[in-house]
Amino acid sequence: MCLGAPGKVIEVNGLSASVDFWGVKRKVRLETVDEPVGIGDYVLVHVGFAIRRIPEEQVQETLALYDELVAAEKKDLMAADIQGEVEAAGKHDGRGDES
Amino acid sequence: MMGEAMRVEAAARRLEFRDPKRAQALTKALASLCQEIGRPVSIMHVCGTHEQAIARFGLRSLLPEKLTVLMGPGCPVCVTDMPEVDEAVVLARQGVIVATFGDMFRVPGSVRSLAEVKAEGADVRVVYSPFEALRIARETEREVVFFATGFETTAVATAALVLASPPQNLAILSAHKYIPPVMEIVAEMPQTRVQGFLAAGHAATITGWRIFERFVARHRIPVVAGGFEPLDILAALAELLRLIRDGETRAVNAYPRCVTADGNRQAQRLLWEVFETEGGNWRGIAHVPNGNLRLRAKYAWADARRRFDIDPSSISAEARPGLSQECICGNIMAGIASPYDCRLFGAECAPQNPVGACMVSSEGTCKIWHEYGGHLSFRT
Ligand code: SF4
Repeated sequence: MCLGAPGKVIEVNGLSASVDFWGVKRKVRLETVDEPVGIGDYVLVHVGFAIRRIPEEQVQETLALYDELVAAEKKDLMAADIQGEVEAAGKHDGRGDES
Repeated sequence: MMGEAMRVEAAARRLEFRDPKRAQALTKALASLCQEIGRPVSIMHVCGTHEQAIARFGLRSLLPEKLTVLMGPGCPVCVTDMPEVDEAVVLARQGVIVATFGDMFRVPGSVRSLAEVKAEGADVRVVYSPFEALRIARETEREVVFFATGFETTAVATAALVLASPPQNLAILSAHKYIPPVMEIVAEMPQTRVQGFLAAGHAATITGWRIFERFVARHRIPVVAGGFEPLDILAALAELLRLIRDGETRAVNAYPRCVTADGNRQAQRLLWEVFETEGGNWRGIAHVPNGNLRLRAKYAWADARRRFDIDPSSISAEARPGLSQECICGNIMAGIASPYDCRLFGAECAPQNPVGACMVSSEGTCKIWHEYGGHLSFRT
């Protein structure tokens, strides 16, 4: 559960962002991240909250582990945890800021 | 069970996926460092995700004979104390809607798990995120309690929820735990003999690696913050061995991708605005001074313990039957036993019929070893 999941920011709306996780669009809260986050940035997300803006030069390295895990079978523990992290991010319902 | 040779081969194949040269260099470095140290070395990590990666990628098979890597109390669901589960169970039985993470749902309390009270008619909902509890509360007039578990990384999210002006019918039952203090307890356990700690990358993303300096100074044990890639883990282990060889007691950051010296200050601000530490029991381990996170008095309105009359003694008369007495989860998390030492492992206790919390949670050592295999020659 502490693995978190990296995703790409596609829209920022106050304290809420739309984030793309391997093609799945979700809403993520931004009040827990300590740097300004903009479109195109990658953030590490845990239980629906961004906890780090991943520095640009480190994005590829960070994604490498996940790319393999995401491709793994569903019943793989780590793959399931990543799936859970994506689930945790708010459903994208087209509304604005959720809270 | 896989033979040792096959296991090494499988691990190597997986590592080939990225930089095999670096993996080889690291494995070699580990071997020669161990030789230079000359005596057996035990390193403990405190993170279920580290254990997942170590087991999944078969890393133990690449480690030198003399190096033992143990999983400590790094599974928040597993260390949640039975009376804490009992509180949630009592609340659910009192007619409150209890929302909690999936792993917590099936963990046995002293009498029942939340899954069992749900089967008896209580309203228990599994959520992936604290904000789902908020949504549930908005859609009902009834009282909703979020049974919140997890280390500081997750507690930050619960803090954000409390600060997001939730509706009045939502309260928090905090079973959040704070990692740095439990490292002190484990370091002081006479049977454990840990010579180095591999600190969890994402908890350290929040707290920063410098938080470990005080621990290092007090216990003369090096701490290295490490990531979750197989190569990250091997590199962090090599760094630890180097420090141990040179008798250098320092905190070192081997995961600069995510961990900084001071951590995520904004997240810390939210965390400590809402929570304060208090002493509490970690299941099977010990009483840990400052190891629990409770809501500050100023957020009493959001604290289930202050808002409800929770009386766990109302269920304590119903004793829990048999097998759970034999669970040695606590010894496993203290680094003095392995799942293979448990008579029930893989037989009476398996993911479909878990006896202990370590077989329920995806971060529990028993579940992880059951799914991925552990190591054939575990040494304590
Ligand atoms: S195998 Fe089951 S009963 Fe044995 S220690 Fe692990 S969780 Fe407890």
